[in-house]
Amino acid sequence: MRRFILIAVPYLWLMALFLVPFLIVLKISLSDIALSIPPYTPQLDLSEGWDGIKSFLSQLDFENFTFLTQDPLYWRAYVSSLQIALISTVLTLLVGYPIAYAMAQAPDEWRPTLLLLVILPFWTSFLIRVYSWIGILSNEGFLNQFLLWTGIISTPLTILNTNTAVYIGIVYTYLPFMILPIYSALEKMDGSLLEAAEDLGCSRLSAFWLVTIPLSKAGIVAGCFLVFIPALGEFVIPSLLGGSDTLMIGKVLWEEFFSNRDWPVASAVAVILLLILVVPIVLFQRNEQKQREVDQ
Amino acid sequence: MAQTVFAPWDDPQAKPLIQFKNVTKRFGDFTAIENLTQDIYEREFFSLLGPSGCGKTTLMRMLAGFENVTEGQILIAGQDMANVPPNKRAVNMMFQSYALFPHLSVWENIAFGLKREGKPKAEIEARVDEMLRLTRLVKFAKRKPHQISGGQRQRVALARSLAKAPKLLLLDEPLGALDKKLRQDTQFELMDIQEKTGTTFVIVTHDQEEAMTVSSRVAVMDEGQIIQVATPAQIYEAPNSVYVADFIGDVNIINGVAAVDGDGYRITWAEGQAPFTAKTANSFSEGQSCHLAIRPEKVAISAERPEDAANSVEGQIIDIAYLGNISTYHVKLANGQMIKAQAANTRRLSRRTFTWEDRVWLSWTDTAAVVLER
Amino acid sequence: MRRFSWFNATSLTVGFAFLYLPMLILIIYSFNESRLVTVWAGFSTQWYGSLLQNQSFLDAAWVTVQVAVASSTIATILGTMGAYVLVRGGRFMGRTLFSGMIYAPLVMPEVITGLSLLLLFIGIGLDRGIFTVVLAHTTFSMCFVSVVVSSRLVSFDKSLEEAALDLGCSPFDAFRLVTLPIIAPAVISGWLLAFTLSLDDLVIASFTAGPSATTLPIRIFSAVRMGVSPEINALSTIMIAIVTVGVVTASIISKRSSLAQQRDEQAAARAS
Repeated sequence: MRRFILIAVPYLWLMALFLVPFLIVLKISLSDIALSIPPYTPQLDLSEGWDGIKSFLSQLDFENFTFLTQDPLYWRAYVSSLQIALISTVLTLLVGYPIAYAMAQAPDEWRPTLLLLVILPFWTSFLIRVYSWIGILSNEGFLNQFLLWTGIISTPLTILNTNTAVYIGIVYTYLPFMILPIYSALEKMDGSLLEAAEDLGCSRLSAFWLVTIPLSKAGIVAGCFLVFIPALGEFVIPSLLGGSDTLMIGKVLWEEFFSNRDWPVASAVAVILLLILVVPIVLFQRNEQKQREVDQ
Repeated sequence: MAQTVFAPWDDPQAKPLIQFKNVTKRFGDFTAIENLTQDIYEREFFSLLGPSGCGKTTLMRMLAGFENVTEGQILIAGQDMANVPPNKRAVNMMFQSYALFPHLSVWENIAFGLKREGKPKAEIEARVDEMLRLTRLVKFAKRKPHQISGGQRQRVALARSLAKAPKLLLLDEPLGALDKKLRQDTQFELMDIQEKTGTTFVIVTHDQEEAMTVSSRVAVMDEGQIIQVATPAQIYEAPNSVYVADFIGDVNIINGVAAVDGDGYRITWAEGQAPFTAKTANSFSEGQSCHLAIRPEKVAISAERPEDAANSVEGQIIDIAYLGNISTYHVKLANGQMIKAQAANTRRLSRRTFTWEDRVWLSWTDTAAVVLER
Repeated sequence: MRRFSWFNATSLTVGFAFLYLPMLILIIYSFNESRLVTVWAGFSTQWYGSLLQNQSFLDAAWVTVQVAVASSTIATILGTMGAYVLVRGGRFMGRTLFSGMIYAPLVMPEVITGLSLLLLFIGIGLDRGIFTVVLAHTTFSMCFVSVVVSSRLVSFDKSLEEAALDLGCSPFDAFRLVTLPIIAPAVISGWLLAFTLSLDDLVIASFTAGPSATTLPIRIFSAVRMGVSPEINALSTIMIAIVTVGVVTASIISKRSSLAQQRDEQAAARAS
């Protein structure tokens, strides 16, 4: 009996507040916009019984989805989001791997401090960390001032409100998520494997390429998923650092909802985004499952 | 004055404390215990001995209540234990890893079970002090488990499991983590405590020396079944199968064919060699294949052929294992089989009689060996 | 064989500089007398003053703290239960779905979670306010807590629970008296994680708070859409300072206690 309660309570909570909302999003994506509160129709009127349900279902349609495929804005936004998320993930990997590698090579006494230094930004407010770049990347910002002062450039660079700023923002905020899994994988690696490789004739570089990288693959994969999936649906970073021509689907969804008050279209955007994400999410969960089995 | 021998299993009036009745345990497709029936009596020090995977730990966990039976019954003091959870059984267990609660002191660990019973404070204190004295841990009462050594932790685990004065104590490889010297001392301590408290002990071990030292009876297990249950002496001197003979101590196994010879048997073991004679309680039919099992210490080794030995055979010394007090000679017979003969080193090294490549004679009496069917 | 080469040292220095410079710049400019980032007009704490007198910020901060405490506490309880089910629950009907629901929110974009929860609240006619934000935060936080606690539970020695049962504990008592005290650090980490996530959340709060409950992130976001604001710099500095003190303290405490433990074990080994 106790066991039943233990399972039931979190289960029911998640079903009610996680699963059911998704079903509602699905339903509304099939509805039409209306000048009502709430601003969509049809609304399910259970007081009319089975007839009510039937008329409800008959008014649902895929109109919003066809709208999305017709208006190039949305199609471009999805592609642009995928592009930006992919490029950011690769950049984060390129920046994060050397840091994780250096941490794994560092003397033992340093490690706790190094970990602390990586984790500290993670605990600091995400919003503040993104905001900090506004003051750095703007035309009168710190970066331009510094470059002008050293004479490297003569006119300020426009970085803020472009895609470049978005890349910097994503790499900056998601860096700890890339470093930690890679570091964890590298730390577990047996150093004598590298010695064996060199003993068998590898140069240092090829030992790194043929031994270290494949063995840290699990960490690389985890880190990439942890960056790519949330980055795809990012809102704050493109909103604060990106320009009006920075097309990211999270921003589109927000604007559709708050500015246009078109909830059905916003819901349709969310449904498509979710469908796009299903594949990477399932892959991510499979990878985690495999890792846990390996560890055990 | 002859001491009364403790052997309730021979007494038809004695009622067993634990009864396994046709117990089978399956994990999915895998059968861990196969139709096992066994009685264990009060005040016994009963060992479950066997290799990894033989089911001995599963059997013990079923007694403790951490596993259910798939088929059959387990009775403790006449009560069927089906659906009785571990916290409601008068059984306590000493875990292999000790499982001491790291956040509680030694005193609190020992008091833990007593507190669950809701006993008055004074009673708990008195009992915990008694346990501390019994296991010589009085000085360490306030310490936490990580502040004491491995041997001391083992004693805390023992004290904690005895605190509730259970009728039955289960010990899961209790001495495995201790080094050899400490292990030997602790074995005698365990026997002492068992006698003093009158508790029934059931111990699981893969160490046959341990089982032989402490037990009143040993159950040798293999693949979910009990192969033989007997006192240590009987297990050693009268194993019922090659498996048991081989599991306990060292043994030479010679395969052959039996022929009736008066009140004993003639065992033909190799062409052109004189057959061995053996007297045995087992009965064999003419021409039945059998195994002759003889312990190395019962094989005498000599340079000349002994005149009046019932069995003697010639061979060549291939290897000598010198262990200080004894030497084991690995002797190769004419048919290529290796026989181990053990002799105490009664003389000093420089006066060694035998050396590698010597031709020697091995001999034993007709009652020294056991003839086994399987 | 570990070689801490010059390349490694450079990576670390550049990497950490990249991580910390923006925050340092923020802190420095919070003390800038001038409103403009371009000009350094002298050291001043005026922005801290004006911040602390700004009622809308203070109200938002109070709402945020209330939401964070409530949601992280409930999330810790639910998340620990969820972790227990995942690790010790064995096989039960719908286990795959359960495990999917626990792990999905970890990577789900917040716009989707926020949107879906808002639609739910409207659908059932629940007025939006602090309560709905608490519900929303609890839901995604409990998944993070589950992950943290379950990774501790996996390495937890099961025989300790069995020993407790063997000595007479009911399963709940065994959890309360043995498991919980031992996994407490993981549970506390989970609480802190949930607290931080709630404190920091913008998107989901925006969807589920409605007009009556403004949280601090919502307030900050509306302020910074226009650009740099020195009061926000001051606020950021305060928040960074609090987090730094917290994280460093926690790390020192945990280091001290693990050192003490090590020393005890070594002393015991030597004495035996």
